[in-house]
Amino acid sequence: MSQLKLQISNLEVKYGPFTALKEINMDVGHGELVVLLGANGAGKSTIFRAISGLNKPSNGDIRFLDKKVSGISPDKLVKLGIIQCPEGRSLFPEMSVYENLQMGGYVHRKNKAEIKKSTEHVYELFPILAEKKDNAAGSLSGGQQQMLAIGRALMAKPKLLLLDEPSLGLAPLIVKQMFEIIQQINQEGTTILLAEQNASAALKIADRGYVIENGRIVVKGTSSELFNNEEIRKAYIGA
Amino acid sequence: MAKLLSKRNGLIFVLVVALIMPFIVPNDYILHVLALVCIWSISVYGINIFTGYTGNLSLAHIGFFAIGAYTLGLLTVKAGWNFWLAFLAAGVLSIILGFLVGLISLRTNGHFFAIYTMCVGYIIYLIIDKWDSLTGGVRGLIGIPGPASIGPITFESLTSQYYLLLFFLILTIFITKRIVHSLLGRTFIAIRNSEELAQTIGISTKKNQLLAFVISCFFAAIAGALYASFVRFIGPEIGGIFLGFEMLIYLVIGGLGTLSGPIIGTLLIVFLTQSLQFMQEYKMLLFGPILLIIVIFYPNGIVGAIEGIKRKTRQKRKKSGPNKGYSGIEEVS
Repeated sequence: MSQLKLQISNLEVKYGPFTALKEINMDVGHGELVVLLGANGAGKSTIFRAISGLNKPSNGDIRFLDKKVSGISPDKLVKLGIIQCPEGRSLFPEMSVYENLQMGGYVHRKNKAEIKKSTEHVYELFPILAEKKDNAAGSLSGGQQQMLAIGRALMAKPKLLLLDEPSLGLAPLIVKQMFEIIQQINQEGTTILLAEQNASAALKIADRGYVIENGRIVVKGTSSELFNNEEIRKAYIGA
Repeated sequence: MAKLLSKRNGLIFVLVVALIMPFIVPNDYILHVLALVCIWSISVYGINIFTGYTGNLSLAHIGFFAIGAYTLGLLTVKAGWNFWLAFLAAGVLSIILGFLVGLISLRTNGHFFAIYTMCVGYIIYLIIDKWDSLTGGVRGLIGIPGPASIGPITFESLTSQYYLLLFFLILTIFITKRIVHSLLGRTFIAIRNSEELAQTIGISTKKNQLLAFVISCFFAAIAGALYASFVRFIGPEIGGIFLGFEMLIYLVIGGLGTLSGPIIGTLLIVFLTQSLQFMQEYKMLLFGPILLIIVIFYPNGIVGAIEGIKRKTRQKRKKSGPNKGYSGIEEVS
């Protein structure tokens, strides 16, 4: 396997007395697209929140590019290159599409040329955003909002992109497009950790996957291993 | 016609009206009230930068208004400083104290932040009220000089003072506009939207909140200093929580997080208060329900309500024919 980008060992996160995650061991290599499968409430978002620094782990270790990052504040992690695209398309609804993208490039705000280049790149990936660049983000459709959320995350030039359920609440056709674009982003060299419930779509584009249930990793393997695993087919693919 | 009513022309019209006010008002009393409106507005713009744009409620604001007023008053009356030097000192002191207070109080969040800053405001009030030997306590501070002349320009007449205050108000609005329409302004709005989301795009929320807090304290202190030099007498009640809430009401009614809200709210409520003077304390019977109605039905105040109506008509027009989509941040216009 290629050199490790993200390494999580023995991670434990508690919400008060409730243990949300226990003994999580995961890793993501350079350039990989790794999927994290699990039902609602299994702990996917909590893992993401721990990686991006929003939740402090009560135990365990998160290392990014061989540097311990657990306990570092979220805004500093963005500077290091860990960018989270949060669940539920959290945008700045009253700002325009363009302004949302500019906010995404906040950490590179001093480098105007770079920002301009990134904006062009996002417009290439999602031409609809260029078309609607002056519209308020809140006025976009669900699919467009998700594109904008991903576009905004790309503006920060992620070394590791955390995508939290990008297919949530989208029409099947849009979901297909979305996954194609995610694959394209990955092929352009961005390492991606993807949380999904839509296992069949996610496994098609992912290199490897982890399955999380009740705050623990229960199965891990390559995409084809997971795809052919009887129990996973039953639980997450439904065929 | 539409061009004639454009935003730019509207602004010029308002500016011209403000400039010729001294010549069209029937008596000095109204000009006096207008001058006070300028002062309150500057302070309300300060609240707006912090509470309106970053979304945290600070109740220490009035304390900084009092700090500005007393710094100017004490330095001119007791230390015999030059007026403008004392004015500058009031601004500088508010920045230093605002930084220190913000540094500690911003460790709390939400309601706790509001309660904490209310305590800070009350402590400032208590210090002014009880430190008799310095501040004169309840007797207050009298004989504060008016603004010193700058070269050939003097500020002895009411008209000239009005122009001076108007100048500072316009400067305040200009600075606010520059901040709000910059990346810094959008950073503040991002924090108001969601602190967590702001963090996940790399914004250091505490640093930016602190900056907004300090700017807000600075505006408060400038307004306080201008107040002291205009009224020439200050007492501890200018640091009192009632005045603080009154300014907050101006802002809420005008429109939190809007550019024109502070001045519209202040102008409206101050003149309403003046014309309801005969009702004395009972005027609150009128204000209470008005405030409630606005908070419930128009949480973005008068300006927010007008913006909402504009947006709706524009959308209707958009449906009936091709039209340019709305751009930019709606709320800050």
